[in-house]
Amino acid sequence: MATIDMPVREALNQAIDEEMERDDAVYIMGEEVAQYQGAYKVTKGLYQKYGERRVIDTPITEMGFTGLAVGSAYKDLKPIVEFMTFNFSMQAIDQIVNSAAKQYYMSAGDISCPIVFRGANGIAAGVAAQHSQCFAAWYSSVPGLKVLAPYSSEDAKGLLKAAIRDPNPVVFLEQELLYGTPFPMSDEAQGKDFVIPIGEAKIEKEGSDVTIVTFSRGVGLSLEAAEELTKKGINAEVINLRTIRPLDRDTILSSIKKTGRVVTVEDGWPQCGVGAEIAAMCMEDDGVFDSLDAPVQRICGADVPMPYALNLEEAAVPQINDIVEACEKATYRGK
Amino acid sequence: MASATFNLEGTFKVHNLDTAPPTETTATEEELLDYFKTMYTMRRMEITCDNEYKARAIRGFCHLYDGQEAIATGINDAFTQEDSWITSYRCHCVALIRGGSVEKVLAELFGLQNGYTKGKGGSMHFYNKEHNFYGGQGIVGAQVPVGVGLAFANKYKTPEGEHMPVSLSAYGDGAANQGQIWEAANMAALWKLPAIFCCENNSYGMGTSVERHTSNPDGDYYKMGNAIPGVKIDGMNVLSVREGMKFVKEYCASGNGPIYVEMNTYRYHGHSMSDPGTTYRSRDEIAATRSARDPIEFVKKCLIENNMKDEGELKEIEKGIRKEVQKAAKAAKAGPIPPPEELYNYIYAEDGSKEKAEKQKFIRMPQYKNSVHNA
Repeated sequence: MATIDMPVREALNQAIDEEMERDDAVYIMGEEVAQYQGAYKVTKGLYQKYGERRVIDTPITEMGFTGLAVGSAYKDLKPIVEFMTFNFSMQAIDQIVNSAAKQYYMSAGDISCPIVFRGANGIAAGVAAQHSQCFAAWYSSVPGLKVLAPYSSEDAKGLLKAAIRDPNPVVFLEQELLYGTPFPMSDEAQGKDFVIPIGEAKIEKEGSDVTIVTFSRGVGLSLEAAEELTKKGINAEVINLRTIRPLDRDTILSSIKKTGRVVTVEDGWPQCGVGAEIAAMCMEDDGVFDSLDAPVQRICGADVPMPYALNLEEAAVPQINDIVEACEKATYRGK
Repeated sequence: MASATFNLEGTFKVHNLDTAPPTETTATEEELLDYFKTMYTMRRMEITCDNEYKARAIRGFCHLYDGQEAIATGINDAFTQEDSWITSYRCHCVALIRGGSVEKVLAELFGLQNGYTKGKGGSMHFYNKEHNFYGGQGIVGAQVPVGVGLAFANKYKTPEGEHMPVSLSAYGDGAANQGQIWEAANMAALWKLPAIFCCENNSYGMGTSVERHTSNPDGDYYKMGNAIPGVKIDGMNVLSVREGMKFVKEYCASGNGPIYVEMNTYRYHGHSMSDPGTTYRSRDEIAATRSARDPIEFVKKCLIENNMKDEGELKEIEKGIRKEVQKAAKAAKAGPIPPPEELYNYIYAEDGSKEKAEKQKFIRMPQYKNSVHNA
């Protein structure tokens, strides 16, 4: 097999298909996942292949079906719960946090909860305030959850397979704007046992002058920003977090110690966001604080509900320019 | 073996059903004695909790079940250990009857390592997967969709056409108004899951009576499933509970879909130990219920009136159980407090099994410098 280009949605589809084939306990449940082939076509073909026992259309009742899926996971099934977007997960957040995340701990190890909650997270295009929220910060603050955010198709497939195989509740944050983007899939990535370890960040581009820490859509923006920065003589290192909880402290902090400068990039709101956590980590670890040559720069979504008008939406969302300017500031090259 | 027949007429009502639980049943002396001992042990355990809470050996929330013992006892007798059971925070007695012991329950409440969940859970969080007991859940109503998920798993794993183990989600009249219960019931009916929705109606959601929290004037929690069939059972009569639940279990296990159950019962204590239980109901009401409908007195009457045991013999048994419970409390108290490492144990599972928790790379403690690496 040679390296091929594959869009993210197909990589996700492949991951789910392979894991369902491998383990009868795996099933997928959500709105329109079966007969409609998936609202974003991520579950295309699965209903035809596995039937209604394992690919299940639900009524529009997130709290109910999330709780139901959690209960089935207590009894050793391995549900994949699709939220059409994570905005709707708020209806079910009690079940995710109180019935799933905390269960192993409260039961002193008696009841584990091998469940995956997946779906489109964060900004889309023109869907406005109630349909554009990023939930990375909220879910990644909860002990007992694992939170993943893939960028490329390899990320998507390898991380989703890892999530499905993991015996813990995993929140899997996809990005609608990336579903159709093709990425190269290596030989290895096309294989049926291609699993990316949870808790390990990936250095997408090595550099020496400034560390950019980001995830999901931010990775693409940061790589483009890094190209522009190279032309300006600034060699940026780009870290794709892949896992938001547990954060790969070793990779993040050793990169920051090396470059002495850090810019975080996320689409979510600034207050108590992922960037805020990275900044705090830099302050707390003596080794990192002493290595810092500049304050941490955070690039985040604007502190407003998402507006509709195109120009307002663009202003509310991180752009490549924002990342370039932040890196220039961190390296004292900009204004 | 002595046995007697008991009339159950008037203890059941059905909704959308052509059949009903039986109008009479037989019970042996052994069975009745077993119910009596079980319920009396539950009663003494809950009274011990009351005393220990007031002595401040138990902290936080403590929701007692005394008055409702016949429900847990009757359900357990109608079920096998393959059937799943999930309930609310008023869970001490279900935890006891499903593979527990008085000592383990009390030790957990005392926050000790020999407790039911090693001191990690407390009063609202008892679990016993081996006995298909899933808690012990603190959020009102949330246990119900989870319980339907247990039924979903039962159906998923049972070959088509065979009897399935059932799953019972217990909840109170206070929880019955929750929308997520209907969400779960709707799916249970659509997919014909062996799910039992069991409302333990003790007439009060904390301090709010049924008349003040449910717009249906008669409550009628067994009819809340709309088209879904329902059975109402006298929850103070352990034989009615047993027979009613046998009927319900057979219905659900055969693939007919879910059933709503309502059991009328009463709690002598307030909602929890923080609630005296007398600001929203009269002491007369509590006393009247205790003298007219007490579930333990009912079983004693069954034994006495059928010449199986006399008052004196039953008093001896009660004395013995009181001693046992005292012994258990003492043994529970002797346990150690959890070691400090227990704080960050069981965050993640390594392979899903009970003892293999995943090592944590980093746990941030209140002071950064005390953070734990490779826990």
